[in-house]
Amino acid sequence: MSLEIFLDLFSQPCRSVYIFAKKNNIQFDYKKISLFEGYQYSEEYGKINLLRKAPAIKDGDLFLAESVAIMLYLAEKFHTPDHWYPADLQKRARLLIPKALGVEIPKEKMDNAVEDLNASLNLFEEKFLQDRPFVVGDQISLADLVAIVEIMQPVGAGMDVFENRPKLKAWKDRVRAEIGAGLFDEAHQAILYAQEAVKTMDPKKMEHFKPKILRYFLS
Amino acid sequence: MPLELYLDLHSQPCRSVFLFAKINKIPFEFKAVDLSAGEQYGDEFGKVSIIRKVPVLKDGDFILTESIAILQYLAAKHHTPDHWYPAELQKRARVDEFLSWQHTNIRTHGSKVFWFRGVLPAVTGAPVPKEKMDAAVEDLNMSLKTFEDKFLQSRPFIIGDQLSVADLVAIVEMMQPVGTGLDVFQGRPVLSAWRDRVKKEIGVEVFDEAHKVIMNVDTLPQTFENKGLPEFLKLRIQKMFN
Repeated sequence: MSLEIFLDLFSQPCRSVYIFAKKNNIQFDYKKISLFEGYQYSEEYGKINLLRKAPAIKDGDLFLAESVAIMLYLAEKFHTPDHWYPADLQKRARLLIPKALGVEIPKEKMDNAVEDLNASLNLFEEKFLQDRPFVVGDQISLADLVAIVEIMQPVGAGMDVFENRPKLKAWKDRVRAEIGAGLFDEAHQAILYAQEAVKTMDPKKMEHFKPKILRYFLS
Repeated sequence: MPLELYLDLHSQPCRSVFLFAKINKIPFEFKAVDLSAGEQYGDEFGKVSIIRKVPVLKDGDFILTESIAILQYLAAKHHTPDHWYPAELQKRARVDEFLSWQHTNIRTHGSKVFWFRGVLPAVTGAPVPKEKMDAAVEDLNMSLKTFEDKFLQSRPFIIGDQLSVADLVAIVEMMQPVGTGLDVFQGRPVLSAWRDRVKKEIGVEVFDEAHKVIMNVDTLPQTFENKGLPEFLKLRIQKMFN
């Protein structure tokens, strides 16, 4: 199998790539990596992705990083159904979920973080979703995939973002049904059990995280 | 109905859209939005985009936000030369890869340095605390190093022999801290050579036109004194230092 996909399902962009590949029956070699254990800093992984982040793919001689670039590449290469990334110009243009909206769940003080997240969710509902069943219209696309995995991240931390947001919840249920409940739940298993998983993690393996975390709080 | 582009050339993503349209001779109406006056929070701009950011494209009834989406839309609609956003799968993937990566790297860190050096002191009248400034500059340096090591390497342009939207986006981002007097190209010969190449390909005149405003950002304190400080700026600054 020439296509290898390097993933840690704790990571949102990994989940969108995983769901997309699985849903479209794209054959790939699933290379499971552990970000918490710092595998991305190994010499081995450096050869795959110099940016030292996940997801990454190796397709023959091509090494590619960045989940959106990866999904666009796979969509084109494997001629996935049009609705994922519509050929129609205006539909396609609508697709881009801005990084400004809830991509990085901020690690600063909780209040600011929650406030920012809420503002992002409001904006998502008002601008990107509105009364449509999916972001671009009647059919699911990459935009919905990227959005859902991002929005599920705080859920994994115990914050129910769907509470008091019936529209958002209805959209989530729709997306989950379209993807397939089995696949959706499988992709999110790691993050939904994150709070449990953290308890059994070896603190020594997390040493590499310290400077990064300190920096987030410092700045 | 002509294409409308809502822009403030203080903003990096506005500059990439501006340059792309100009270079490709795409006719458009320049709708100036004054960010320093908080115009993006006004009722009128709210009708254009509730996200309240620039750039925004208005093509008849079709309104589009997000500079990357706008660039891709314009490239497709106006059939711009292939090198900007190549049709070939792997070349295009490389452009997409950079466009994705830059949001949370050069963009984030370049903007932060710009705010810390150019905006905050103009507002608060005092420099930003040293540890914060040093951390911000270090993050920016790391991004620039990654840019050179991974995205540029020994190629003339990011994806190879020809200029693409990736280079356009990269250069406008790097010019942001330059406007505040931090010359990111100094001491980086590979980066400087790339900058000169890009500038030449774009056209020095239009490049300078796009960057005129940001290169004069030291007039911001005067602007705030004349117009007063917009509310959103006060709130944002409070948040930054919490």
